[in-house]
Amino acid sequence: MKLQRVVITGIGAISPFGNGVEALFDGVFSNRSGVINLGAIWKESITDILCEVGSAISIDLNEKRIPRDFRRNMGRVSILACLSAEEAVQMAGLSLEHFSSGDYGVAFASTTGSSKSLYEFMGRFIEDKSLSSIKSGQFFQVMSHTAAANIACLLNVKGRVISPNSACSSAAQSIGLAYEAIKYGLQKGMICGGAEELHVTTTGTFDLLQAASCHYNDQPDKTPKPFDKDRDGTVCGEGSGAIILESEDSAKQRGAKILGEIIGFNTFSSGEHMSRVTESDLVAGIERILLETGIALGDIDYINAHGTGTIQGDSEESLALEKVFNAKGYTPYVSSLKGHLGHTLGASAALELIVCLEMMKKGCLVPTKNLENPDPNCGNINYLKEFKAVKPRLIMKDSFAFGGINSILLLRSYENGN
Amino acid sequence: MEINEIFQKVKKVFVDEFEIEENLITKESLIFEELGLDSLDSVDLIVALEKAFNFKIDRANDGPVISQIRSIQDIIKYVNSKQS
Repeated sequence: MKLQRVVITGIGAISPFGNGVEALFDGVFSNRSGVINLGAIWKESITDILCEVGSAISIDLNEKRIPRDFRRNMGRVSILACLSAEEAVQMAGLSLEHFSSGDYGVAFASTTGSSKSLYEFMGRFIEDKSLSSIKSGQFFQVMSHTAAANIACLLNVKGRVISPNSACSSAAQSIGLAYEAIKYGLQKGMICGGAEELHVTTTGTFDLLQAASCHYNDQPDKTPKPFDKDRDGTVCGEGSGAIILESEDSAKQRGAKILGEIIGFNTFSSGEHMSRVTESDLVAGIERILLETGIALGDIDYINAHGTGTIQGDSEESLALEKVFNAKGYTPYVSSLKGHLGHTLGASAALELIVCLEMMKKGCLVPTKNLENPDPNCGNINYLKEFKAVKPRLIMKDSFAFGGINSILLLRSYENGN
Repeated sequence: MEINEIFQKVKKVFVDEFEIEENLITKESLIFEELGLDSLDSVDLIVALEKAFNFKIDRANDGPVISQIRSIQDIIKYVNSKQS
């Protein structure tokens, strides 16, 4: 069987910086923060919540442009997913005929279905003890694969539709599974990525687990602080990132513009603890993807870290990177985009990979916002604290999740097919 | 409530809930064939009628009647029967 090269032909994003990839790039490359204080609203629902900050989308989504018979089945998370998917499809120049051919599919996920819809659904159900006021679309808004299913319905997709809901690793797994489906010739192309909607219950969960930032409520743009000695937890956010992956052959046949190439994917489990990621697991996962792809340590120019701003997670990730790279004399640049975007959970790997593509295009690496003093308990790695004029050819993207689910993607620039 | 008042309220349900242009809705309109509702919409129609007319639809007893509704006129008749 001929293995296919897997290239990127379209990207779409909706983020705390607004609708579209250009709004995302503008926010990140001008070093802005999407984090705001939402305490007044959140305390109406959870009176004792300590974290008051979130990275929220505040623009009007103009969701009525999605036809009603599709929109009725969409909660916020699916609306975000569909808007980003539409942008990516348009950029790739794909038509509805491609999606109805059976050759193109969807791999898209989120941490959960729409939290707002679930909150309303269960609230009404528990209060009334009756089905009478439940609308038909409510379950479709809440189900775990709502984002993937709604994209598929909106675009009349007849190929495979998969939804690897794995919390913060959802988008990385979606992109990875789409990559594998194309690489092995099962599909010509896939819309892949992840979405997340911000809801008080999501931040409340991180708050409960003492993983949410709560000391910068009055200075929301100063948190999260990945790898910094003064970090105090992550900041939940929302958004959606969509990427069109295609076989190189199909993309070339269509005359599509190729933006980059995925050359490796590894997903692996810690298999021992629900919320703790360990250095040794990460080292093993990184070494495996390098072995599988034949990529040498010195080939990786930049690592886009998971780096959420939690005490333990940042420490374990950076120590693993030190052990794999720096201890052997290699010094790839490392930064996390969580300081700009917050932690957009199920959307994070997709949004961040899209920014990585722009770093390749611009020849400019983005630093970790809010990183001033690297924590001595973190690894001794090449932290980026300022923008750096470097054109990376090969980028490693980390994405780790509750449940011990970890994923790594390798992104390579694509210039004249080399 | 007079028949015409019921019609106006039903019309408002179709405009607000199903985003159908008001001038397309007549008493004779067929809700599936002409106004484009589907099986999922018929569930939402019940919820919307309950809210608009402030009555409860008994799913066990009213189900057979509801399932026979085909037109705006059928809805008006049903709402009128619930009132009486």
